[in-house]
Amino acid sequence: MIENKALITVNDLTVAYKEKPVLWDIDVEIPKGVLLSVVGPNGAGKTTLIKAMLGLIKPAAGTVSFFGQNYKRVRKKIAYIPQRNSVDWDFPTTVIDVVLMGRYGHLGWFSRPGVTDYELAKKALEKVGMEDFFDRQINQLSGGQQQRIFLARALVQDAEIYFMDEPFVGVDIATEKAIVNLLKLLRSDGKTVIVVHHDLQTLKEYFDWVLLLNVRKIACGPVKKVLTPKNLQLTYGGRTFNIGKDVALNLDLD
Amino acid sequence: MPELEIIVIAIILVQACILPGVFLVLRGMSLMSDAISHASLLGIVIAFFYARSLDSPLLIISAGLTGLVTVMITEWLISTKRLKEDAAIGLVFPLFFSIGVILISKYMGSIHIDSDCVLFGEIAFTPFERLNMFSYDLGPVALWIMSFILIVNSSLTFIFYKELKISTFDKSLAHALGFSPILIHYGLMIMTSITAVGAFESVGSILVVALMITPPATAFLLTKRLSRMIIVSSIVGILSVLIGYLGAFALDVSISGAIVSCSGLLFLITLFFSPKSGLIIKVIKFNENKLTFSTRMLLVQLLDHEGKSNEILENTISNMITHMNWPEKFAKKVAKFAVQKNYILRSGNDLKLTNFGREVAKHTLQWT
Amino acid sequence: MHDVISSLFLNYTFLIVIIGTSIIGSVAGSLGVFAVLRRQSLLGDCIAHAALPGICIAFLISVSKQSWTLLAGAIVAGVIGALLLHLIQEYSELKRDAALGIILSVFFGFGLVLLTYIQSQEISEQSGLNVYLFGNAATLLRNDIYVMGSLGIVVILFLILFWKEFKVVSFDKDFASTLGFPQKRIDFFITFLTVISIVVGLQAVGVVLMSALIIAPAVAARQWTDQLYKMVMLSALFGILSSVSGVIISSLYEKMPTGPVIVIMVSIIVVISLFFAPKRGIFVSYIRHINQKLTIHSDRVLLNLYQFSEVQKDPTFAHDITVLDFVGEGSTLSILNKLKNKKLVYNPRNGYWGLSIKGVKYVKNLLKETKNA
Repeated sequence: MIENKALITVNDLTVAYKEKPVLWDIDVEIPKGVLLSVVGPNGAGKTTLIKAMLGLIKPAAGTVSFFGQNYKRVRKKIAYIPQRNSVDWDFPTTVIDVVLMGRYGHLGWFSRPGVTDYELAKKALEKVGMEDFFDRQINQLSGGQQQRIFLARALVQDAEIYFMDEPFVGVDIATEKAIVNLLKLLRSDGKTVIVVHHDLQTLKEYFDWVLLLNVRKIACGPVKKVLTPKNLQLTYGGRTFNIGKDVALNLDLD
Repeated sequence: MPELEIIVIAIILVQACILPGVFLVLRGMSLMSDAISHASLLGIVIAFFYARSLDSPLLIISAGLTGLVTVMITEWLISTKRLKEDAAIGLVFPLFFSIGVILISKYMGSIHIDSDCVLFGEIAFTPFERLNMFSYDLGPVALWIMSFILIVNSSLTFIFYKELKISTFDKSLAHALGFSPILIHYGLMIMTSITAVGAFESVGSILVVALMITPPATAFLLTKRLSRMIIVSSIVGILSVLIGYLGAFALDVSISGAIVSCSGLLFLITLFFSPKSGLIIKVIKFNENKLTFSTRMLLVQLLDHEGKSNEILENTISNMITHMNWPEKFAKKVAKFAVQKNYILRSGNDLKLTNFGREVAKHTLQWT
Repeated sequence: MHDVISSLFLNYTFLIVIIGTSIIGSVAGSLGVFAVLRRQSLLGDCIAHAALPGICIAFLISVSKQSWTLLAGAIVAGVIGALLLHLIQEYSELKRDAALGIILSVFFGFGLVLLTYIQSQEISEQSGLNVYLFGNAATLLRNDIYVMGSLGIVVILFLILFWKEFKVVSFDKDFASTLGFPQKRIDFFITFLTVISIVVGLQAVGVVLMSALIIAPAVAARQWTDQLYKMVMLSALFGILSSVSGVIISSLYEKMPTGPVIVIMVSIIVVISLFFAPKRGIFVSYIRHINQKLTIHSDRVLLNLYQFSEVQKDPTFAHDITVLDFVGEGSTLSILNKLKNKKLVYNPRNGYWGLSIKGVKYVKNLLKETKNA
């Protein structure tokens, strides 16, 4: 008996934002244990896709299911690493504090992080090579170090699925290598990782699967199969997708 | 006639205020008007110590300088990177204002300030005594001051219109064209200070902030073109004065308060009911567009599955509900709309594209 | 002076005022941290002004100067103001600054209308409303303290209870949302608690100066610590310090209104913190910067001595200072003197300087370090 159930299923996902469709009719099936990169030109909807899948943006239509269920039911098994610039790094908090925030989901309301949580946080920092920085103020960190503690924060959630938004932007080479190693480690642990990526050159080297996105899904599948010149042309080839000029969507009152 | 004088002064005041106000709003610096008008109290007090009179031009100059100093200190604080912009603004002006208040309480307690509540501005909780201040010898003074300020503001705006416009909308272009946006910036701050102080003396600082921001904000909701924005602000301001004054007269309440409340009311009305961007319109349009958008999606779905083996399963209303994750009511509404528009034919649960609908669906999917 | 102060403290009314202002200072200080960190610093100024019509309407309805009713009115007005603020910001093209300015001035103007209406009605006790404009902590009554105290305790309790939720929502709201926290509701709750702290403070400091009490203690606290809980505690402490000292000073001198004095005290704390706090202080950074430059400069001199000596085969050879001056970057003599104090150079005869043994070791170390870097 072959179980061919995909881990993550996206159906007809459509998201619009202020008179423009950002994602249109996305159908994707992502199997367990892949390292998937989401690529496309600017404005293609990559971050929007992640956010819509995580319930941060309300779609105009479509469904997303994880393990066959609604996101809200299984959110404990899903970790999110947002873009680095989505946070004010001058916030008064230390490295270990940020990583501990990853445990808040498990703690629920009212409880405070305990010894086990601290241990887990320290271990996560070790995995990203930042254990010596645990009491450092986050504004003293370099871009690469910031990215690493974001990773540690996700690791500490002990999730099955990891979403990362542009983790390789503005990091030094050492960090980039460290992140890639971590990703491969996660995959060998059977985790599924979805990464919004911006660099086509490193794509083949780092990832097994790729989702080519430009408002619509161009293609999704193993890199070797899907990363064809034709598909790349369709994704990046300077063509824009017109949903019909007279459909102006003004969804800012959602 | 004192009433007429008040109205005229108020109208002139409004016109004088909106000129720096329009640019403050466009540059995202609305609260500078609040900060400057409060901080300038200190300048007025210091000048008063020297001039010993409330009508000396020294007051306006001093207050203008204080406003400038406030801005410069605020900007310096921001440049140290130890705190953010909004925190810096909220730190400096209360300090200056406090020093001013203490100086007044300590050293001017003997002077009968009550009737010249001008210095207290909004703290004058006896504004109807203002009516007394507009006695013949004081009224025209305010009139002269505000008229002068209006002329200065108008001239400056006219002379530097291009520079103001470009440096507000495109700072780098301004640099490239060779004039300094920084000068324009400080010039604007000085204009704001002087206007604030001139108005402050007459009718209180809260009126100043409201008039600098609210009519321009109202105008901004209606038009994005600078010239029109100025004109609309002007009209809104005049309306606020007229209606406000009538209201104050009828209810026997603070005139400045009434004018401000009226400008606020006009703002709210515009916010909700403006034909292009009012909130009510937005809600209506949103629902309209959602319907149109969803209908297009429906058509595309139908087209996708047309002619395929699962057509009978897929092209149904119930499938729209599950597949698209639409609530039942909405799915039915979309279907009804599509039928109305002759995009589809519906028999029971099944949906089928008409020829027209098929064309629309294909058109929707076009690559340009 | 000592007698005056101690007799003050024995004064019952004075104690009331001290307690009241401490509550205000601590609550405003604590919630102020979140306002400042979330870039909502000017909310204080805005809500403080917006509260006026609420107070007037509450007064008109209840015809009493009861703290509870007036505060309730202020809170309701504050919440409405905050909601309108959100509305304008989110759903129109206007930005936050314009929204703040409109709410601030229009609400206040409306409040002024109500105020003058009340005055024209000649209802008794309406003069107490002036307190809210200007702030006069001296008029605080025991009842006021009970009200303020209870509200204050409730606010602080919620802060402690929901500490980690407030923290994560303020730091990274999308992440907080994915963890399952109702981010928007928590966000609004923080704003709500801030409104309460602002309104509670109006009595002591008055409308115009409330923004300072929300912002200044938090900004000052930030300079001293990098941890959120310490920042909140320190901010509360600064709030209390400035309130209490403000009250004391304004009672010691004639014709000194409390509100402005408190603002001056807290501003002093901010200035001291901004300049002299370890690590972040502007003055401290400057000294550090100068020291670094000096060290670089003096290291250069030592290196020059070492390099000259290489020709001599004796690293402690003493050289003519004119040579050193020539290749140096200026003020060689004063640097050499300082180095002499540190025993890194020696001065065998007038005008001649050489590395000491200690100095030689230092330079060798320096060279090793630069190689490894």
